Amino acid sequence: MAAVAPARRRKRRSLPIGRILLLGFFLVFVLWPLYWMFNTSIKPSDDYLTVPPVWFPAAPTLVHYEAALFTYRGLDGLINSLIISLSATVLSALIGTLMAYSLARYNTGGRHLSFWVLSQRFLPPIGIVLPVFLIYRGVGLYDTHIGLILAYTVFTLPVSVWMMFAYFRGMPKSMEEAALVDGCTRWEAFWRVAVPLAAPGIVAAAVFAFIACWTEFFFALILTSRTAFTLPTVFRAFIGFQGAQYGEAAALAIVSLVPSIALGVLAQRHLVRGLTLGAVRG
Amino acid sequence: MAEVRITGLHKRYGAFHAVRGIDLHIPDGEFTVLVGPSGCGKSTLLRTIAGLEESSQGTIEIGGEVVNDFRPRDRDVAMVFQDYALYPHMSVAKNIGFGLKARKMPKPEVEVRVAEAARMLGITPLLGRFPRQLSGGQRQRVAIGRAIVRNPLIFLFDEPLSNLDAQLRDEMRGEIKRLHQDIATTMIYVTHDQIEAMTLADRIVLMRDGLIEQQGAPLELFEHPASTFVAGFLGSPRMSFLPGNLALDGSAAAIRLADALLPLAPGRGLKGVADGQQVLLGLRPEHLTRAHTATPEQGTFRYEATIDLLQPTGSRSYATFRLAGAPVMAELQAHDVSRPGEKLAIDINMNRASIFDATTERAI
Repeated sequence: MAAVAPARRRKRRSLPIGRILLLGFFLVFVLWPLYWMFNTSIKPSDDYLTVPPVWFPAAPTLVHYEAALFTYRGLDGLINSLIISLSATVLSALIGTLMAYSLARYNTGGRHLSFWVLSQRFLPPIGIVLPVFLIYRGVGLYDTHIGLILAYTVFTLPVSVWMMFAYFRGMPKSMEEAALVDGCTRWEAFWRVAVPLAAPGIVAAAVFAFIACWTEFFFALILTSRTAFTLPTVFRAFIGFQGAQYGEAAALAIVSLVPSIALGVLAQRHLVRGLTLGAVRG
Repeated sequence: MAEVRITGLHKRYGAFHAVRGIDLHIPDGEFTVLVGPSGCGKSTLLRTIAGLEESSQGTIEIGGEVVNDFRPRDRDVAMVFQDYALYPHMSVAKNIGFGLKARKMPKPEVEVRVAEAARMLGITPLLGRFPRQLSGGQRQRVAIGRAIVRNPLIFLFDEPLSNLDAQLRDEMRGEIKRLHQDIATTMIYVTHDQIEAMTLADRIVLMRDGLIEQQGAPLELFEHPASTFVAGFLGSPRMSFLPGNLALDGSAAAIRLADALLPLAPGRGLKGVADGQQVLLGLRPEHLTRAHTATPEQGTFRYEATIDLLQPTGSRSYATFRLAGAPVMAELQAHDVSRPGEKLAIDINMNRASIFDATTERAI
């Protein structure tokens, strides 16, 4: 043992060159576009496409942010996106959890309902966007927050339900049964035992739903106009007759990253456990 | 404290008939063990008593009240699960107090009772921990604490020891028995382990294919099994069964195996039997000993055996030999036999032998 230990220590001290190179390459691969986007967002317009490129602007500027947020109404889009994505996420997580629990524990709808729920995702969105547009215009949901919240809730539900369904399925029934015998009603056993245990799954499903809503472009483009438009639709404006507004696009892209990153950091602890879909329990 | 009375109970899952007509009365304070092979309906019966499964037919009374339509929480039973079913997101103290809290007991009283239950089970130092920080035995203690803290009418145990290793299982078995002696509440305990059944039960209910095969005190079932199934299920190593024929000659009776005639004690009451009837002779290993006397004692049959398999356990050695073509196991003293192939005179105590009808497999 004593003879082995120093050898092991020596081995640990030598640097794993291969691993560092690999990680370094990966890091550059991931971060380079982000760096370039940030770089572009603070460059004066003249520096966009120079050869050789400007690696870091001599005089950083915030004019693109100002233009993107106010002139092009990026701030309104950001606020709309936050309202719509968060509302749809909460609704999707809430309804999805209830649906998934019902499917997993009561076998609601027999063998087919759970698959039918998922099968809603097989339909190409373009196939339903026109009918939805016509219906929305007819009932006054066109270009409203509620309209897009409803649409996004419906679109994200199948995946939320399916993720939660797998999670509840993987959870032993006996804990809820113990709660029932202990003195809980069905609802209390769900709320006080099943939901806390499924929290990682709920968080993971919610993060997925949020990302899907946050980046959705197609339905936002068709179903909104000047009131409920979301952040992704604002980017259309940066490609115009006289070329592209690279700085403004980059600035708005940076802004749009902030909520996603914040959410990722907040949910990280739950996310990894949630993505294993109930395989790992604490 | 309450008695349990089950009348004509059936449970069907679609086409599968899990419990096929159970009538059972469990007196107040009794420790009843439901035992049987997997799939015999014992867990289903227990879960139906708890209210976790609905009965398809029949009634369940707890303390004189029909509880068929009661929710589990209203039946005032406590249950210990095989996988402990502790709430992973709650501390040990919260786990134990959960049922009281769910029943809206004031917080100070919950704390007093949790502390008392923890003291009884010796888990007071663990109260602040979470289930994942506990060993299997500790988890099982917490699960039992969660049951006793409520002071329920009856306790239900669903194979509570099968996830523990052998040593811990023996230890916890003793603790459960002691617990029953201390609190004397009605307990219904499900297991597939016949040793647990024998050691714990005031009464064993042995189930097979959704029906009660036999019930009674452990020794009653062990010594007077009603069928080959009961005889084979209880006792380890198993009873040996030898096919033969009844030989009746006036008041004398014997069992004829292929090449041997084994006389039965004259006082043995054989009813409704016929000469030549096909039977199974059931011999437990402990009914066979090495011959120590010059002539066999009254009621024993001596046989010159050639040992073909020897399994020493330290205190005893299990020796298998062939009698009339069928394998028979004898429980011998450790030094009675030293190696397979040895020839040995074995005395078979026919007074304690069981006899079953070969076709119905019921005891004669």
